[in-house]
Amino acid sequence: MFYILALFFFTPIFISMAKITYITHENEKHTIEVQNGLTVMEGAVQNDIPGIDADCGGGMACATCHVYVKEDWFNKLLKKEDGEDDMLDMAFEPKANSRLSCQIIVSDEIDGLEVNIPSKQA
Amino acid sequence: MNKTDALIIGAGPTGLFTAHQLKLIGLDCEIVDNLDKIGGQCIELYPDKPIYDIPAVPECTGEELTNNLISQLKPFDIKFHLSERVEEVKKEDTNWLVKTSSGNSFLTPNVIIAGGVGSFEPRKFAPKECEKYENKSLFYSVKDKNIFNGKIVSIFGGGDSALDWAIELSKNCKINLIHRRDEFRGAQATVDKMQELVKSGKINLFTKYQLANVYGDQKLESIDIKHDNNEIKNLKSDYVLGFFGLIMQLGPIANWGLNLNKKTIEVDTERFETNQKGIYAVGDICNYPGKLKLILSGFHEGALAARACFKLARPNEKYRFEFTTTSSNLLKRLGKKE
Repeated sequence: MFYILALFFFTPIFISMAKITYITHENEKHTIEVQNGLTVMEGAVQNDIPGIDADCGGGMACATCHVYVKEDWFNKLLKKEDGEDDMLDMAFEPKANSRLSCQIIVSDEIDGLEVNIPSKQA
Repeated sequence: MNKTDALIIGAGPTGLFTAHQLKLIGLDCEIVDNLDKIGGQCIELYPDKPIYDIPAVPECTGEELTNNLISQLKPFDIKFHLSERVEEVKKEDTNWLVKTSSGNSFLTPNVIIAGGVGSFEPRKFAPKECEKYENKSLFYSVKDKNIFNGKIVSIFGGGDSALDWAIELSKNCKINLIHRRDEFRGAQATVDKMQELVKSGKINLFTKYQLANVYGDQKLESIDIKHDNNEIKNLKSDYVLGFFGLIMQLGPIANWGLNLNKKTIEVDTERFETNQKGIYAVGDICNYPGKLKLILSGFHEGALAARACFKLARPNEKYRFEFTTTSSNLLKRLGKKE
């Protein structure tokens, strides 16, 4: 019984979350607590943030979870893996600070990240 | 008018295995797909990427999986209608009347939507003005290369399609090749060939540029391209070609009176039937509590939807469950027994 109560009271403390701010093209800000380990794309899809389609479900195969990352944050993120830039070639209006949000994994290090959602995904 | 027991929309892995299940239980079926080839996302998005979670197949690429599914259909005679998009699904008595973009029509009691995330359409340029010139001076695929002879053609993209067409058309036209970064994702040999043509002046290469605007009266006359540093260049152009791959669009499916949840279709988990009797959805496009977007789930969903089709296609017969290991009926259909 004690263990069940302990689980009930203490477990939530151990789920680390990071604040991610999604800014839509209409300049609406949505700040969401996203669980560490999820991707920035999953945080958007699970919370119904408009403008991130993620058609392929996170397989880096469709470029419909495209976001712009502000310069200061862009350099703090882990570098793009092979293939991400190839997919970004196909994104709608890619820029130098473009990323696929399915490739950004949420962690304490990116707590406070802000991403801008493009006007369209395709 | 084609009459069939079941019409499958989508020739991806789920559609292909659903066809197998239909034929195995003795029903006819035909398959429509908007792509020009069989395989769906597997062939279009990741033909070379290995997949590790197909049961009993430790590792295979999207292309290998597609080829194996096609060879599993060998015993059966299945008609494929490729490069056709289903535009309309209408009730006609107890049947569905289905019309495609090529003017084909089907009368069937069962429609199985195995449409993935919708049909593949070319990705388009960002500037709105481009629409005005689409299919006149601005194209996303090449149907007749001769129209470009002696003209100035601006080609956008960094993959094999863009490079191949730049190389091919440079024989008879003046080519501008424009790409958003310095690296090209096309095959190395093709990139090398293109670089040679740039050196010999056959291709004008502009990297870190994207299309910013298009100008002209009836015909396209020039385009603006914009550098990462915002510098704009105006290039004379008779034609513009864009090769940014394909994107999936739900398209006309949204107009068929089905219960949709975002871009997916709600189904029950017994028959994988939608809110419309005789219309089923299987694979990535269907949605139910616990749905996993895995290929193996699509196989299961297709097998059950196929059994559900039996009832509407053969109302006076009773479906009997049989194993391929023992049933002489099934073995006959598979061509393993006289």
